Amino acid sequence: MNAMNGSILTLILLVPLAGAILTALAPDRLKLPNWIALLTTLVTFLLTLHLPAHFQTGQSGFQFEVNRLWIENPAINYHVGVDGLSMWLVVLTGLLAPVGVVASWNAIKNRSQVFYALFLLQQTAMFGVFISLDLMVYYGFWELSLVPMVILIAMYGRKDGPKAALKFFLFTFIPSAPLLVALLWLYARTGSFDFTALQNAIAHGWFPAAGLYWASLAFLVAFAVKVPVFPLHGWLADSFSEAPVALAMIIAGKLGLYSMLRFHVGLFPEQARMLAPLLIALAVIGILYGACLALVQRDFWRLMAFAALSHLSLITLAIYGLTLTGWQGAVYQILNHSVVDAALFLLLGVLYDQYATSQINAYGGLATKLPRTATLFVVASLAMIGLPMLNGFVGEFLILSSTFTGVSRGWAIAAALGVILGAAYMLWLVQRLFYGQTSEMAQAKPALDVRFGQQAVLWPLTLLMLVMGLAPSLWLAAIQTGVHPPRAGGVAAATQSVLPISLHGEDLR
Amino acid sequence: MNPVPDIFRILPEVILTLTGVVVMLADASLAPGCARRPLGWVAAFGTIFALWASLWQLSLPVGTGFYGTVETSPFTVFFHVLICGIVLVALLLSLDTLPENSHHQGEYYALIVFGAVGMCLLTGAVELLLVFIALEISSIATYVLAGYRKESGRGPEAAIKYFLLGSFATAFLLYGIALIFGATGTTEIYEIARLVPVEQHQTLVLASLALMLVGILFKVSAAPFHVWTLDVYEGAPSPVVALMSTAPKAAAFALLLRVVYEMFPTLRSTWAPLLWVVAVLSMTVGNLAALRQENVKRMLAYSSIAHAGYLLAAFAGLGSIGIAAASFYTAAYAAMNVGIFAVITVAGGYDEERRTIQDFRGLIHRSPVLGGLLIFFLISLIGIPFTGGFFGKFYSFTSAVEGGAVWLAIIGLLNSGLAAAYYLRLALAATQRGEEEKAKPRPQAGIAVGAALMLAVAATLVLGIVPSDVLHAASAGAHVLAAPPAQPQILGKITPPPAR
Repeated sequence: MNAMNGSILTLILLVPLAGAILTALAPDRLKLPNWIALLTTLVTFLLTLHLPAHFQTGQSGFQFEVNRLWIENPAINYHVGVDGLSMWLVVLTGLLAPVGVVASWNAIKNRSQVFYALFLLQQTAMFGVFISLDLMVYYGFWELSLVPMVILIAMYGRKDGPKAALKFFLFTFIPSAPLLVALLWLYARTGSFDFTALQNAIAHGWFPAAGLYWASLAFLVAFAVKVPVFPLHGWLADSFSEAPVALAMIIAGKLGLYSMLRFHVGLFPEQARMLAPLLIALAVIGILYGACLALVQRDFWRLMAFAALSHLSLITLAIYGLTLTGWQGAVYQILNHSVVDAALFLLLGVLYDQYATSQINAYGGLATKLPRTATLFVVASLAMIGLPMLNGFVGEFLILSSTFTGVSRGWAIAAALGVILGAAYMLWLVQRLFYGQTSEMAQAKPALDVRFGQQAVLWPLTLLMLVMGLAPSLWLAAIQTGVHPPRAGGVAAATQSVLPISLHGEDLR
Repeated sequence: MNPVPDIFRILPEVILTLTGVVVMLADASLAPGCARRPLGWVAAFGTIFALWASLWQLSLPVGTGFYGTVETSPFTVFFHVLICGIVLVALLLSLDTLPENSHHQGEYYALIVFGAVGMCLLTGAVELLLVFIALEISSIATYVLAGYRKESGRGPEAAIKYFLLGSFATAFLLYGIALIFGATGTTEIYEIARLVPVEQHQTLVLASLALMLVGILFKVSAAPFHVWTLDVYEGAPSPVVALMSTAPKAAAFALLLRVVYEMFPTLRSTWAPLLWVVAVLSMTVGNLAALRQENVKRMLAYSSIAHAGYLLAAFAGLGSIGIAAASFYTAAYAAMNVGIFAVITVAGGYDEERRTIQDFRGLIHRSPVLGGLLIFFLISLIGIPFTGGFFGKFYSFTSAVEGGAVWLAIIGLLNSGLAAAYYLRLALAATQRGEEEKAKPRPQAGIAVGAALMLAVAATLVLGIVPSDVLHAASAGAHVLAAPPAQPQILGKITPPPAR
């Protein structure tokens, strides 16, 4: 199998792309596009599993690398590779793709070949973002990831898709213009878009400090919008309430957070340290603000949007806390959050498909009619809240403890308050949807519990939450090798001293 | 020392002329009731042949023919191939969309081919009188084509407007030619380039430069010489707009490159700021006005003005870098713009049933392929990576940055963000689920249109994913232009410039 190591990442990119073309050409009959998409995503997932199977834990640097000249002028190389930071994110993307297909199986009724073709194109773009090590290739995939998302939100939006799509596009496209200018500026001084080369050039002071500061700011804003970070979250709620379930589970979070970690903190460590206080403050505001707004939402998609803002801000806090433990926690929490969110969205999609409303107060007392849905939802909610033994706990614990010891107690306490609020709004949501008095709507309509196909992905996801909660070292081992401090001495020194040894070393194994 | 027969220097033009003559004679000798459609195929095959002949010209040594009036070089070949490609797509597009019984079909095809002769000649001409003649050949053909839908009322209006304003602009060019002839006593471009630095009547030279710029910038519809564009694009049949928004512009940009980089390289400090201003004006005026348009063809007319601005940004680049970037952008713009007009032609049909943005609602639901292509070309026009539009802008703005015009690049990128808004409006309209779409007939497409769309898609993707080859070709041409003649070399052996 090692013969595949050189081509595995290219395969991971090409299989969904080929699937997308095939799906686009397939006739819209007998659920043919659905089956092709499902098959493609399953094959891709199996391919991504090759990565952890052959990953050399403990070996720093990139693995499964390919570096070939693509375009001579400007010098763009097809340079891909993964390290501990990105490997699990690739696997996660692979895992969530079939989940997305299952979530859309019955929800998408017309033009399903368009839907699945664009969905698979979106997968390609996301894999591309996670594995690209040439900044221009990365930028290409980053931009490409917008396109299918926008079209799908516009085409399959619930009420006013095009408006939400336009908002999402303008919010994310406009900041990418400064990002491109910053990239060109870096290129003009080095003649290279290569990540490692640029990292070295910056570490060795090839650039004037003021320019670097602006460049890092351009990078940061582009990423922060995509996460989103507090004042830039304007697109989030609309996109969550309009986007089809399969896209809502991937629209926020991981792309932006990964990019922050790799291309902002990783590329501009000094500037990241200068900007860290600001981002920590924004992150804590985001945690509390998102949680408070989630408490008062009447629409469950919007509630999920603000919950996501709160949880993603927690990860942003961990990234800009600039501690090794925090970074581990951040990467781990990206995985957790995506898995849990996928399950929750899938279940809310089940409810929405049956009752065609997302108003929370229309529901109530569904637990007796939909026992499996209720059980799975409760488990996922508990994982999101951070109940010990489930995965959310590990990530949140790593993040909060690193903030407490490495950043400041005040911020950690404020962030912990957000976590408590998180428990409140999630449990309240569970209570209003599934318990209490059976609502008129729930009485009037016969209810269908989760179908076989949905169960086939939901139970594994639930199991995964448990395993990730009980044996985090399976994942953290690889993540640790990816989260080496950037080469610049300053940050490394700062993080070494605040490293809680007991946590980093033995306890979690 | 010049063993190349003169006729080989203009082989593509000769082939195109013969094709046009054959089409016209056949049209005249066919019975009135007889179908004229095969004539379109004749024209298309003639164009393919001319395209092949242009590529064959690469094996000729760089040099001039007909007493130093026509040049063949990688530069001319690049634009010949581009123009022949556009003309081919426009012909294929017309084949399926012109109604069977429409009037003067034979002349229509002949005019397209004759227009192509003028455009090709324009890119090869190195003598100003020939430049003028070539420009007139191409312009007159396009004036007539713009008015082809004479039953609609808007057609003749478009033709008259285009003709009057166009003639006026050509007069400016001619006046410029006269002045430079008065100053230097010659109309040969290389000779003028040699004489300009030592010329005593600098005022005459500057006036001539200004007048020629006005004439050419009118042809590329750059602001503030863009006013004709809207009505002409709206009134002309869509396949003709596909042609005239790209091919004559490509030829005019080739001429502009020749004039500023080859004839007046020493006056760079004069024309560079002028073009800087025109570029900024074009982008901004084009994009701001396009935001408010409801009519799709008018919106795309403004978008083409904006794209002329992005292209002019490349002229801030020095020497061969700027020329290569501009040439590349011309190709990228041509590919995506021909593509989008092809989609609009097919979607609306000859009678243009889809005019406003609202009319495009639900296109992707009605016809997924066509809707998908519409979105694809719009994405390229926005400049998303992996499409030709991205690398076009990329090279253009990089060239501007390297030429020291950082602000031009920043204004350009901001403009691209602005432009996304109106392109996206059309794209989102196509994805909407409208009720009225059911009333519209499903767009029909035949083999010819399919081939035209395939060509445009393939070109846009190739330029966006593997741009190296085209860039090499553009650079090879650029080097000929930037480093004037004297040393004849075998074209095939020109090595691409090394990457920096």
